[in-house]
Amino acid sequence: MKADNLTLKTLEPKNTSVSFKKTKTWAILAIALFFIILPRLGSQYVSYLILTFFGYAVALLGFNLLFGYTGLLSFGHALFLAMGAYTVAFFTSKFSIFPMEIILLVAIVVSAILAALIGAVCVQYIKIYFAMLTLAFGMLFYSFLIKFYYVTGGDEGMRVLRPYLLGYELSAIPKMQFLMGGYYYYALVVLTIATWVMWKIVSSPFGLCLMAIRDNPEKATYLGVDVKRYRWYAFIISGAYAAVGGVLLAPVIGQVDPTLTYWTHSGTLVFMTLLGGFTNFLGPMLGGLIYIFLQDKVMSLTTYWRFIFGAILAFLVIVAPGGVAGVISSLVKKGRRGI
Amino acid sequence: MILSASDLRKYYGEFCALDGVSFQINEGEFVSIIGPNGAGKTTLINVLTGLLTPNTGKVFYKDREITGIGPEKLSKLGVARSFQLVNIFPNFTVLEFLMVAIVSRLGKGTNFYSSLLRNQEVTGEALEVAKLFGLEEKKNVLAKNLPQGDKKLLDVASAFALQPEVILLDEPTSGVSTSEKNKIMEILVSASKEIGIKSIIQVEHDMDIVFSFSDRIIAMHQGKILADATPQEIEKNEEVVCTVLGQKECFKIFSTLLKR
Repeated sequence: MKADNLTLKTLEPKNTSVSFKKTKTWAILAIALFFIILPRLGSQYVSYLILTFFGYAVALLGFNLLFGYTGLLSFGHALFLAMGAYTVAFFTSKFSIFPMEIILLVAIVVSAILAALIGAVCVQYIKIYFAMLTLAFGMLFYSFLIKFYYVTGGDEGMRVLRPYLLGYELSAIPKMQFLMGGYYYYALVVLTIATWVMWKIVSSPFGLCLMAIRDNPEKATYLGVDVKRYRWYAFIISGAYAAVGGVLLAPVIGQVDPTLTYWTHSGTLVFMTLLGGFTNFLGPMLGGLIYIFLQDKVMSLTTYWRFIFGAILAFLVIVAPGGVAGVISSLVKKGRRGI
Repeated sequence: MILSASDLRKYYGEFCALDGVSFQINEGEFVSIIGPNGAGKTTLINVLTGLLTPNTGKVFYKDREITGIGPEKLSKLGVARSFQLVNIFPNFTVLEFLMVAIVSRLGKGTNFYSSLLRNQEVTGEALEVAKLFGLEEKKNVLAKNLPQGDKKLLDVASAFALQPEVILLDEPTSGVSTSEKNKIMEILVSASKEIGIKSIIQVEHDMDIVFSFSDRIIAMHQGKILADATPQEIEKNEEVVCTVLGQKECFKIFSTLLKR
């Protein structure tokens, strides 16, 4: 079984009926509504896990621009996630600058600059060489965080203080109330905007060029696409996205440490993406969601959770390379054919 | 003179693939490059399109030197090519495929934000090109699901969509059934008139096609140009006919000559 790659879905044969389009719109609205009312419904713990998901979801959007759309597998993407998370830690606990909007903006700019520098080197290579180079940069950042302990706190990391949201200082309320209240919705809005912007990017002429590069870089070059430059742009956007994900994640975990940029954490992003399906725009996010809940469940049952996750990954790659989203979309297609 | 090469030499290690090749292509010409396997035809195309840098010699497009500048820059100047082996974006529909060329020609590749599908200019032009190549009906078919002949045509169509002044076609009809070959060539010629392509250079093995479509034929052998003349003159050139075309063709052409 082979997974089909991402394309401009809207250009598919016009057998997409109006009723199906409506179903799609309703499905999106239902998902949005679900996330909005969730903190009022379920346990705080579930909402807490969802909040973790919001952070990863943004990072995964960026990761998949590079992997699913451009065909570059970064194995060091946690570097940028860590950049974002450390930005929050530095700003809140070292510089006493609390407004979340400023932190987000700085994280985007700093990580974009870093991604531009690292990317300029990495995009000269493809496939395994690209993956290994990104991994190397991730580990370089890891050692930096460990060695420069007087700045970064070493392996103990740094504390993340509560940021101000839209100028409101919310330090007086209990932590869970802060997370489930204002912060939850703040993160949800950031995720929604990030998803929307990413959707715009992948359905733009630039997105088309990225997919062309993924499918056949030689042909793309002959059609006048500056392959390396476009890969570089994708790398920068992708890095900035991962950083935004890291910023959202930091106040939730409350503490940042170098394991955030350790290669296994980059591996987690790869796993989430494969689990959900890189051939679908929403696939990686779905994978992130499943991963977080599955990990929580399996970890509570056995200490051998990595073993179980390894088995799942092997199963996926062999049986369903399109991930969960791939399975769902093929079921939907079958269902539509059946009607 | 629109494209010219002077004294091109290209070595692969000890092997000399191009051994002092010089020629000029004029506006309005349809030139075929022929020769047995290993004569250096594809190497020549690769050098002309800047994919390979020659060891010595220069390539000029109009008055500008383009030796080794690379395919991406060359496509922007107005030189495009298609490939001997099918070279496609397998997961793209026909229309999306052509849109890549149009986006790139219009310089819209760095447009991160506008919806491609709502861009009438891009979708409209892609549809125009699809129509020219008779691919309109299949506009939403994935390239990998097309029959071989259409894949080949799509590869060529995308090069045409760049609206180049010069196009280099590396065996545009290879791997296509004989009955389809003429159809493809006729589409190519009429499409190039429609688009305003000034010169076509093709590498071709099928001598029927070479002789019926070319204004000029460049015959190559062992990296050298053996003859550069009109089809009528080439037909009479025994050396070319027998070394370049091989015995089978040799026999075929002579028997047709005898019939006349």
